[in-house]
Parts: sequence; C-alpha cells; structure tokens
Amino acid sequence: MAYEDKSAMIRILHVHKRYGSKNALRDVTLDIFDKEFLFISGPSGAGKTTLLKLLYLGEKVTGGNIIVDGQNLSRIPRRELPFLRRKFGIIFQDFKLIPGKSVYENIALVAEAVGTRRKLIRKKVGSLLRNVGMEDRADALPRSLSGGEQQRVAVARAIAGNPKIIVADEPTGSLDPESADVIMDLLRQYRNLGATIIIATHDTQRIRSTGGRVIILREGRVESACVIPKME
Amino acid sequence: MIYLLKRSLKDMLSRLFLNTLTIISIAMAVLIFSAALLFFVHADQLLRIWLADLRIMVYLKKDISEAETGHIREQIEKMPEVAELVFIPKEKALNRFRQQMGKQASLAEGLRENPLPDSFEVRLFLSAGNWKAVAPLAGQIAEMAKVEDVEYGEQWLGKFIHILNLFRMSAYVLGGIFFLAAVFFVANTIRLVLWSRREEIEIMRLFGATESFIKDPFYLQALFMGTAGGVSGLGGLYLILQIISQNTAVYVPQEFFQLRFLPLETALAILAGSMLTGWTGCFFSLRQFLKS
Repeated sequence: MAYEDKSAMIRILHVHKRYGSKNALRDVTLDIFDKEFLFISGPSGAGKTTLLKLLYLGEKVTGGNIIVDGQNLSRIPRRELPFLRRKFGIIFQDFKLIPGKSVYENIALVAEAVGTRRKLIRKKVGSLLRNVGMEDRADALPRSLSGGEQQRVAVARAIAGNPKIIVADEPTGSLDPESADVIMDLLRQYRNLGATIIIATHDTQRIRSTGGRVIILREGRVESACVIPKME
Repeated sequence: MIYLLKRSLKDMLSRLFLNTLTIISIAMAVLIFSAALLFFVHADQLLRIWLADLRIMVYLKKDISEAETGHIREQIEKMPEVAELVFIPKEKALNRFRQQMGKQASLAEGLRENPLPDSFEVRLFLSAGNWKAVAPLAGQIAEMAKVEDVEYGEQWLGKFIHILNLFRMSAYVLGGIFFLAAVFFVANTIRLVLWSRREEIEIMRLFGATESFIKDPFYLQALFMGTAGGVSGLGGLYLILQIISQNTAVYVPQEFFQLRFLPLETALAILAGSMLTGWTGCFFSLRQFLKS
C-alpha cells in the first residue's frame, strides 16, 4: 500500500527523547497519515508510550521536530497548547476515569473543557453513551463498572471533543478478548468517520485481527514497518 | 458565569469545614486590623479636638504701653500660622480666674492689686502634621520686646503624637503579618482542593481545557472566601462597636466625642484588601501546582 501520495497528518522528523542518561527514542522519523489506523508495536520499554506522549505534548522532544496538522510542536506557544490538545482524544490502559464522578460527568467534563455549549452537552453525552452501549449506566460510578465498560466510557470521553486524532496507549491491555474486540470496533467506527487512530500495543494477535499499518519500535528506534491486512 | 459560580459553590460545599476555617481566619485578621484602624480614627478625632483647642498664651510685661501692645498684636497677626488673636486685659483675666475657681474664688478677694498681666490668646491653624510648628512660633513670640512669658502644652502633645505614631507603625507591621497569615491559610486550602482534584485537572489539561477554565473556579472560590472573611470581620467589629458605644454613652458626652464606625471608603478598602488576600493565596497555590 503506497502512503507517499497521501497527506501526512503527523510528521515525526529525527526525533530524540532522553530521560537523564537513558535514550527513550533515537532518531525516529515517521509520517502518520490522515484517517490512518496505525499500530505502534514493540516490546516493553521500546518507546511506544513516550512516542505517543510526544504527539500531544505530554512530553517535549529532546531533539528533532514533530508537526501535527501543519503545526510544529517545538514552536507552539503555551497559550496555544490547549487548542493543539483538542485535536487529540487520549485513551489510557488504566482508563483514568475520575473516581468521584459518574459516567455521565466523566464524559461531560471533557465536553465542557473543550468549550461545547452548555445546552448541547447533555445531548452530546447521551449520544456518545448510546454509541458505546453505556446509556443505561450514565449515573454509575467508575468503580461499579467492569474493565471493559470503563474502557468504553474512556473511548466515549476521548471522542467527546470531536478530535481529529485518537491516541490509545495499550487500550486493550487489561481487557478480556470480548471487551477488547468491542473497543477495537469502536475505534474503527470512529476512524470511518474521518479520524486518525494511533494505537500503541504489544498485542500482535489484536493487530492481526484488526489490520492496519504497523510500526515496530525496538530500543527507541524504528525497527520495521509493514501493513497487515485484516484477518477474515 | 452562572456555571462557573455553580462549580465553585459545589467545590466549597464539598469542603465546608476547611472553607469555614479559612473564612474565620481571614475574618479574624480583618477584625484585628480594622479594630486597630478604628482606634486610630478615634485617636485622630481626639487629636483634632485637642489641637483645635490648643492656644499659645502670651503674657505681657506690666509696664507695657498701649502702643507697644498694639505693635505686638500687629507682629503676631502677621504670622501665617495664626488663626485668631484675642487680647485679654488683666481685669478680664482676673474675672475669668474667679469664675474658674468657683467656690474657691474667695482666695482672690483679699488682693490689693491685680497680680495678673495683660495677655494675648493665640489660636493657630494646627493639624497632627504641623504641630511641631508651635515651639518655634512660641520662641519667636517670646523674644519680642515687652513679652514676659509664653505658655503652651507642647510637651504632653508631643508625647501623645509620638506614642500614636508608634502604635500606628506597630499596627501596620501587625497588619502585614496578619495579611501573610491569611494568604497562607487561603493558599493551603486551595492547595488541598487542588491536590484532591489533581486527576481531574490532569485530564482537563490533556483534553484541551484552557488555563482559565481550570483556574477560574479556584479564583472565584478564593475571592468568595476573601469577601466572606472581610464582611464577617467588619461585621464583627461593627457589632463590638455598637456594644461598646451603648455602654459608654453614659460616661462620654456625645457632643464632645462620638464613637463611630470606619469611614465607608476605609471599610471598602479593607474589604478589597481581604479579597486581594484570597486572590493572592490562590495565585501562589495555582502557580506552584500547575507548574508541577
């Protein structure tokens, strides 16, 4: 599959990231395209999570440049940072739902944070809950939900701000296979609506069953890249 | 704005005890500082009464002629600090002495001649700022020919003003300490709230909330604490003043000296200072927290 003729949503150019004396990423160069379903794979400590964090400026690069939707992250002023982050929806392996807030409030929080009009929030959150099949658990607290349900809420929260890019760090890592399938289906549906999906995972079985481009990282370097078709 | 208020109110109600303690600490700081200010307002009032009443008595020599008296009058009247000059002939002085002595007036009955001299009573344009002008002025008058003696109450007045200024300085220092203590209380309260909501704040930041979206509810909360503390402190002082005023009305003649509350602009300035206290505490907490 030829990607060279597509416009790059994200350009990662000779990026280095160092924590003290440890090199987390070394000279990583990579284009991520619009509406792409991309897996970043590799063993633990390969730099997958670090690479994702660099994209939404959860961390800063030590060297090199990252360009997101035409914006060079190294030159982005502090006041513009929230607006860059609104381009991303983030999904974490440990869900990171606010324990004291209900399912509805967890999703509404993000909708409010990105400036959704108050009148529209109820409608929007209701629609998101229906999409992830959680409309009957709107008032439940996260601790009363299963892992799969919590991750579905996290997916709804990630798309509450209508992001262009979804970044998911091991989104199925702590889920049973059935729940993991549901999450991957939800992400694929959102990709079909026009978003770019980037998933960090070491679950090769999940990559094979879903299909997409795969970048393998090892010791902070891009080791290989390939396209895996969806297993029928 | 209504939504912002609701968010702040919800936060405050969820930590009612902590917020109440902070409001009380601000109120105490405001009460003590305002009480000191109120003391100075009344001390200044007393000082103004005394200064308005302060006169230099110029006693003339016995052998003075009318022309010489007129000359001294002219010289004193030329002085810019002089507000009023009254000539008191020795006969009038004796009558005044008799009246002041009351039942003891008989003491003056046996006198063969009037021992009192002619004099001038000089009233000055005085304020707490220029009371020191009395001494050189009195010195100038004393050096005039045919002036026997000059009297005024400079010493006790100077001591009073010195003590008052010392109290004033102490009050400013104390006020500064209370301000810092109140800022510390607010900062800690906000820090605790921030700490308990750190996950929520982290999520809001990662999903693109602006700094003002995150900070505004905390500033509103701190401003509310400052306002509530200021109003409570000033209200408490007003109540205390009412109680004191009712109990002292019998002893202090109202036409001479009146207990009254702080001027409106001073009370408003204290309230603004109290709000600033809340804002400052919040500012430091947020700056520290959001940097980390």
